[in-house]
Amino acid sequence: MPKITYIEHGGKEHVVEVTAGLTVMEGARDNGIPGIEADCGGACACSTCHVYVDPAWMDLLPAKEPMEEDMLDFAYAPDPLRSRLTCQIKVTDALDGLVVQMPEKQI
Amino acid sequence: MSGIVVIGAGQAGASLVARLRGVGYGGQLTLIGAEPVPPYQRPPLSKAYLKGDMDPERLFVRPKNFYADNGIDLRLGQWVSDIDPAAKTLKVGGDVLAYSQLALTTGSIPRRLPARIGGSLGGVYVMRGLADIDAMAPEFVEGRRLLIVGGGYVGLEAAAVATSLGLEVTLIEAAPRILQRVASAATADYFRKLHTDHGVRVLESTKLDHLLGDDRVRAAVLADGREIAADFVLVGVGVEPATALAETAGLKVENGIWTDALGRTSDPSIWAAGDCASFPHSSGRMRLESVGHAIDHAECVAQNMVGTGMTYVAKPWFWSDQYDTKLQIAGLNSGYDQVVERLGQGGSASVWYFGGKRLLAVDAMNDPRAYMVGKRIIEAGQTVQPNLVRDPTTDLRTLAPSAIGSS
Ligand SMILES: Cc1cc2nc3c(=O)[nH]c(=O)nc-3n(C[C@H](O)[C@H](O)[C@H](O)COP(=O)(O)OP(=O)(O)OC[C@H]3O[C@@H](n4cnc5c(N)ncnc54)[C@H](O)[C@@H]3O)c2cc1C
Ligand code: FES
Repeated sequence: MPKITYIEHGGKEHVVEVTAGLTVMEGARDNGIPGIEADCGGACACSTCHVYVDPAWMDLLPAKEPMEEDMLDFAYAPDPLRSRLTCQIKVTDALDGLVVQMPEKQI
Repeated sequence: MSGIVVIGAGQAGASLVARLRGVGYGGQLTLIGAEPVPPYQRPPLSKAYLKGDMDPERLFVRPKNFYADNGIDLRLGQWVSDIDPAAKTLKVGGDVLAYSQLALTTGSIPRRLPARIGGSLGGVYVMRGLADIDAMAPEFVEGRRLLIVGGGYVGLEAAAVATSLGLEVTLIEAAPRILQRVASAATADYFRKLHTDHGVRVLESTKLDHLLGDDRVRAAVLADGREIAADFVLVGVGVEPATALAETAGLKVENGIWTDALGRTSDPSIWAAGDCASFPHSSGRMRLESVGHAIDHAECVAQNMVGTGMTYVAKPWFWSDQYDTKLQIAGLNSGYDQVVERLGQGGSASVWYFGGKRLLAVDAMNDPRAYMVGKRIIEAGQTVQPNLVRDPTTDLRTLAPSAIGSS
């Protein structure tokens, strides 16, 4: 199973295995990792699942759909180079080792 | 031993207990739910889950071990039948439980058609819980005829799923148009066209008289005498707040369980949050049926149960998925007197509701930018000039209260 590292804003790291096919958001939710709220449950409707992706990984992720792009514009402190919505990233074996960092807050 | 007991293990109940632990409440905590499964998200029930695109495990709002890990006694498949506010006890199954504080997150109950017009025939469904969806799932087979009664969001979402699965769908709405209660004519026009383009037969100003069938429904008779054949029927005519338990306990009920600005009911030891509760809003009272509100209200009540004293301010938002259209709604349009339509790129559109000069709400169809800008303006208590919104050359981002991206 792909391993994903979630780093809370305060620096606390969680390394967990996430089943391929789930989203990076669901990986955090199902492991009780705080910092990703995901109010809409993955519908790309709330932008409370925002993270900063480690730059080394940004190019390896599937491209953003326009919907995600626009939702991210209004997330809390977005960074065009590193911000993603975790509900829009499906976990695959290729993402083994992915590192994401939570923002200070969601919205 | 007593502690906090929460009745209703849905979206609000789950948020409430999680927040209680989050703010450091270390006492006994019990969450009781009538459904046999841990708290789950309802929105996918009429969307991806109904379509068969989503495993049930993905619906749960928390991992299954979350409750035990956090010292939360989760009691599933148990119905609370009675509360005795004087003794501070409640009855669940054969047990009597004591509480020091109680929270009601009992949600809402779908309206059904009366039995005398065929409401209890086989093949007639409502859509509220997982059990409802699992019961009707085998009916969703290509070529079958589905009649949907009611043109609200849940009915429209089901129409979209059924059409994509190859069913023949007729939707009837008694009011002059779909979404009559919740949206403008402009928004209704957008969705009517979307559905008719996908082959749904949308009949507005069309009243059901009764359903025909022996054990199972086979047709509907309309008020004008027309008959519509149907293999099954989905009733989507809204919900009622689940107030029965509160009423028998003598709590004040006013369009839902009455709560004050903190979420406290008319009994000082009992709180309520989510779909089941009404709360003060501007000069009146308000009740909301949405995930965002269920979460926020429940979290606010949790804070107040440990003495924070936080006034609840609703920031209404909602979404709906139909075919490839995502509708996002910011604000509440009640009392609007002007509607401005804005056409975006690639078939996106938004409808902006004004009351006097104030922006009240925005319906955004595949236009998250319009949604987010509208939400920011409304939540900042600001407004915007209707003609700027209408002008397609306006860059919406310039309308948002300053400092986008750092609230
Ligand atoms: C099909 C569908 C689609 C939806 N789509 C959207 C959407 O896209 N966006 C959105 O924002 N909202 C949507 N909603 C609305 C949203 O799901 C609700 O507003 C939300 O679930 C309310 O949460 P709640 O906790 O107040 O109530 P619920 O989630 O209904 O939970 C209440 C729980 O309490 C239990 N209960 C009640 N009485 C008792 C008792 N006496 N003893 C024990 N248990 C009891 C019930 O069984 C239930 O499990 C949708 C709803 C449905 C049904
Ligand atoms: S969970 Fe809502 S946008 Fe990702």
